[in-house]
Amino acid sequence: MCLGIPGQVVEITDAAGHLAKVDVSGVQRTISIRLLADQGVAPDDWVLVHVGFAMSLIDQHEADLTMAAIKQMGQAYSDELEAFEATAIV
Amino acid sequence: MKFVDEFRDPAAARALVSSIRDLAKDDEFKFMEVCGGHTHTIYRHGIEHLLPANVELVHGPGCPVCVIPMGRVDDAMWLAEKPDVIFTSFGDMMRVPGSRGSLLEAKARGADVRFVYSPLDSLRIATENPDKHVVFFAVGFETTAPSTAVTLVRAKELGVTNFSVFCNHVTIVPPLKAILDSPDLRLDGFLGPGHVSTVVGNRPYRFVTEVYGKPIVVAGFEPLDILAAVHMLLAQIREGRCEVENQYSRVVPEEGNPQALALLGEVFELRPHFEWRGLGFISQSALKLNDAYAEFDAEMRFDMPGIRVADPKACQCGEVLKGVIKPWECKVFGTACTPETPIGTCMVSPEGACAAYYNFGRLHRETAVLIGMPSAPSVGAAASAR
Repeated sequence: MCLGIPGQVVEITDAAGHLAKVDVSGVQRTISIRLLADQGVAPDDWVLVHVGFAMSLIDQHEADLTMAAIKQMGQAYSDELEAFEATAIV
Repeated sequence: MKFVDEFRDPAAARALVSSIRDLAKDDEFKFMEVCGGHTHTIYRHGIEHLLPANVELVHGPGCPVCVIPMGRVDDAMWLAEKPDVIFTSFGDMMRVPGSRGSLLEAKARGADVRFVYSPLDSLRIATENPDKHVVFFAVGFETTAPSTAVTLVRAKELGVTNFSVFCNHVTIVPPLKAILDSPDLRLDGFLGPGHVSTVVGNRPYRFVTEVYGKPIVVAGFEPLDILAAVHMLLAQIREGRCEVENQYSRVVPEEGNPQALALLGEVFELRPHFEWRGLGFISQSALKLNDAYAEFDAEMRFDMPGIRVADPKACQCGEVLKGVIKPWECKVFGTACTPETPIGTCMVSPEGACAAYYNFGRLHRETAVLIGMPSAPSVGAAASAR
């Protein structure tokens, strides 16, 4: 439930609406970066994504680590990725 | 992937375990891991069997799905079955049994229940279905509550009028207090939750050290994170310190996320009290929408029944959530209650202690018994306790 999955910012799609496109394991979707609005999120940054929101800025080291840990979770990982694929926010 | 290997390095793990053994000597220690994500890592990697038998990890209440009482699930079903309502929920909550079955079963009976990844998906469904009312079933600790807050701010900005939230957000500190006040359990320290702390920071845990005199270490989710945090707790105790320490500083800032905290304050207020599964009513332990957002509060919009239901008699989720018993000590564990047909919430969520143990821990434990590892003997104790 508190699962955070690492994603890499591809582009800021709507600066005023705090929306960005991120790539999680090759799947690209739009998420909200409003919770990090004062942290200057930019393309190529890694963020921890939780229920469609960037929770914190992380470095690639942490992204690799977290992704490896989540992949080990098997079903929980595939459920999370499937859910992420289904998201389509405005 | 060298960074990953670094955190799985067997030599580093062995060195930590050996150092933990030295620090623990022959004294007994009980540490509670608050977060369900930690419980998952501990069972997934058999960490309880790496630790010396006198250092025990006790599973805590930090699984948001697990702590929702049955009455709230029944209320959710009541909302979901209203005509003209589209009820949206995270996948984890869909299988949680209420007294009349789960949301998944309500869906099978014809209710418009939809699984969403994000509360923003619910908001989108609302804008696409102006003739329906869309309710979002909000659950989760401080990790998830800011997402609901942003969604509500956005709904207000967009002027959406057919969207509301059935708010079940809870906060982490009150149940910790309840556990520390409970006479059932003697604890020597805590592994603090990782992702909750990205929002709240380390300050809210100071009462654990200052009022209760127990050390707490906020920990990450890798096996070595858990071992390192246990080591830090023991070092504090041996050095006569009692502090809030942050093992997971690579993700958790000391002050948390001020922006997320401000958004929580903008949208929510504390409920006077809220019922937790197994822990009963805890005052000021949950969030509701404040007056400025009352129009989005499903509990204000609908004349909800406010159902209260006692937990099933056979189910011992309450004791599991308080760390009083281990999953395998519950009477229905693995027999009547399995992940396929859960009776209690702890068997539903992958972070629930029972589901994590059912899926992974059992095997580690059986292996440990076979090879006579030191932490195994409690099997006999558990069996005779039944």
